[in-house]
Amino acid sequence: MADLTSEFVGIKSPNPFWLASAPPTDKEYNVRRAFEAGWGGVVWKTLGEAGPPIVNVSGPRYGAIWGADRRLLGLNNIELITDRPLETNLQEIKSVKRDYPDRAVVVSLMVPCEEGPWKKILPLVEDTGADGVELNFGCPHGMAERGMGSAVGQVPEYIEMVTRWCKQYSRMPVIVKLTPNIADIRKPAEAAQRGGADAVSLINTINSITSVNLDDFIPEPTIDGRGAHGGYCGPAVKPIALSMVSEIARNPETTNLPISGIGGVTTWRDGAEFLALGAGNVQVCTAAMTYGFKIVQEMISGLSEWMDEKGHASVADVVGRAVPNCGDWQDLNLNYITKAEINQDSCINCGRCFAACEDTSHQAILMSEDRTFSVDEGECVACNLCINVCPVEGCITMRELQVGEVDERTGREVDGTHGDWTTHPNNPAVAAAE
Amino acid sequence: MTASIATDGIVSNRLSGEELAENFSDLHPPLDPHEALVAADRCYFCHDAPCTTACPTEIDIPLFIRQIATGTPESAARTIFSQNILGGMCARVCPTETLCEEVCVRETAEGKPVKIGRLQRYATDTLMAKPGHPFTRAADTGKTIAVLGAGPAGLSCAHRLAMKGHAVTIYDLRSKGGGLNEFGIAAYKSVDGYAQDEVEWLLAIGGITVECGKSVPLSELADAFDAVFLGVGLSGVNALGVEGEDKNNVLDAVSFISDLRQADDLASLPIGRRVVVIGGGMTAVDAAVQSKLLGAQDVTMVYRRGREAMSASEFEQVLATSKGVRIIYNAQPLRVTGNGAAAAIEFGYTETVDGKLRPTGETFTLAADQVFKAIGQTLEGAPDALNLEGRKIAVDENGRTSVKNVWAGGDCASGGDDLTVTAAAEGRDAAEDIHTTLMGG
Repeated sequence: MADLTSEFVGIKSPNPFWLASAPPTDKEYNVRRAFEAGWGGVVWKTLGEAGPPIVNVSGPRYGAIWGADRRLLGLNNIELITDRPLETNLQEIKSVKRDYPDRAVVVSLMVPCEEGPWKKILPLVEDTGADGVELNFGCPHGMAERGMGSAVGQVPEYIEMVTRWCKQYSRMPVIVKLTPNIADIRKPAEAAQRGGADAVSLINTINSITSVNLDDFIPEPTIDGRGAHGGYCGPAVKPIALSMVSEIARNPETTNLPISGIGGVTTWRDGAEFLALGAGNVQVCTAAMTYGFKIVQEMISGLSEWMDEKGHASVADVVGRAVPNCGDWQDLNLNYITKAEINQDSCINCGRCFAACEDTSHQAILMSEDRTFSVDEGECVACNLCINVCPVEGCITMRELQVGEVDERTGREVDGTHGDWTTHPNNPAVAAAE
Repeated sequence: MTASIATDGIVSNRLSGEELAENFSDLHPPLDPHEALVAADRCYFCHDAPCTTACPTEIDIPLFIRQIATGTPESAARTIFSQNILGGMCARVCPTETLCEEVCVRETAEGKPVKIGRLQRYATDTLMAKPGHPFTRAADTGKTIAVLGAGPAGLSCAHRLAMKGHAVTIYDLRSKGGGLNEFGIAAYKSVDGYAQDEVEWLLAIGGITVECGKSVPLSELADAFDAVFLGVGLSGVNALGVEGEDKNNVLDAVSFISDLRQADDLASLPIGRRVVVIGGGMTAVDAAVQSKLLGAQDVTMVYRRGREAMSASEFEQVLATSKGVRIIYNAQPLRVTGNGAAAAIEFGYTETVDGKLRPTGETFTLAADQVFKAIGQTLEGAPDALNLEGRKIAVDENGRTSVKNVWAGGDCASGGDDLTVTAAAEGRDAAEDIHTTLMGG
């Protein structure tokens, strides 16, 4: 059996699946149920300063987009940090951590961008026995207008400054949660590292408007006739999150900076992909909000089955395995040639590959009188669109041309050498260097 | 005292009003909006879609399903009606399992086609529930056309002609329009007076006059109108040609179905305790199933050939057996016995050797107090001037008959299956050709 135990910046948990700071971790009742369901850890929903708590809207907080049969693909929220008193949250954190010493309990924090408030709140959190803190520099709505959340996360100097305060006033590991609403994700990660962060976590939610009510012309969710942008998450954001995680993992400056991967993790497979791209663990929210806490059981069994099947003994063995294979476009081998192949036995003759290729790509799929679809290798550039639009998984595949075979499109023989843009004769930069 | 299913003879009131209402409720209840979205999501939006090719009216099925999926069922309905103005009825009565749904790629992939028929009903019901009519007439052309028969072919032809700006007069012998939609098909396929609602909705295009209970000789019509379209259907019923066929209670299935469709109170319809239906088509199934639903105790359908040769689809056969109808294959009637009225019917088993049907010599007898004949209908009273092809009016691909300015379509004309959807296509296409002919010259 694969060992799923996780140690992330010194914080141990029985598995690498944590619940992200969000509504599911807002109070003791939920967190206890989550731990009973099997979650390895939680990041407690963001605490703010002592005093009167923030106030949320009392209309819709979420907006969504759906796929077939209303499968939720993307979720947008305009909820703020916890709206419960600081003292209540601290008591509950202490109580939960006492009863679940083997689970990770990290506390998310967001206070004004001044030294005083951070210095004040950190000892209170430390006193609960929590395993660490996560600095919420990511929330893009509401709190950002008050100079917190992503307003801090978008300024690397602020990130560095606040992180330094936290390391100065606390013994706890400090995880800095990054906003994706920025041009280059490497900059805030580097800033966090300079400030002494133990890790970064990403991505927080993406600025979004999910829909517009076309009767009233108001963005949704609508509050009394007006809408505001929210934070987008769920399965739809996974590709963006994976890319950002990989950029930090392969950046020489931050290559040793631990990452907690967040963004659309819905199944064990999503989690494994984040691990492979360099995340030490993953955090989940939307999937739990869509299906309930029980989904972690599939994540645990799935990850375990895959690791056993592949012979990966521990989570650490998997982390970062795909990072060396992540590169820049200019390094891709232009001499690598594949061609689409349609398996006529599994083809159901829907013709989607034909429509896509004929109308929008390379006219490389032929349709016979009796609607049999085949590939014209003389035109096929192996773009993969036919595979992407085919409703039958595995019906169309890409066949790699072997050394000695001729690419009918170019008339050139595959010679097995590597040749990329950096050395290609058509690259003006190469010509200039000569 | 009311009768029960076990009461001998042909009696009414075998079942309570409640049971009858349940039995004759919608065979395929309409999809609700969520069900429609789920069903629509399954469509792959095929290129050169096989479903469209399989549809006699060539409705752009992927397009209308996508229009449903994107929340615009009225646009979906316009897509349907622009090809087939009787798309609402066809959604109810089409044997989709042998047309669009049979060739759906999801039938190929999973054995579960997209529910095309029910989605079509969802779209057409949605639009028809709104006031108004989706099409408008072109400017008056001054041309007049007579349409004989207010069934699917005639209505489809008349609507298309009216749209083009022609003035149309429909004549029909029956008391009201609709043809087999109104008088012929099983009640549970067209509930709540849908056939009449559809006629009324269709006529809202304007420019169409309907004269019911009236027949005018072709020669008179040809003189009075610029063109004539014949959509008179098949009014004759084939005879069994066996001894005892003239006994009481040996009846035409089409008359039984027609009476049933026109009955105000189903409980008042008399039905036998033991009913035998002879035939293997849709009419036979409709008669057998409805006999059972009226409360007949034993209903047996007897067909002279095997299951695979039966023109009623597998779906219809399963429907019949699920309602308790017994189907006997490979047997043909030999004689009807009884004293004045039918009491039993004797059958001989058949086999097919070298494509020819022949008796095996084995026989059996079924008790029967009511026998319905459903072995096909024939053209009756076709004007002598018209050439026939086989037993139908000969027409070319545009519906032109051998007589100038006379077109024909639907069951009475040669070519195509005897289906509502085929009639709708032929009526439409004839109208287009009539328009081209009248306006071109």
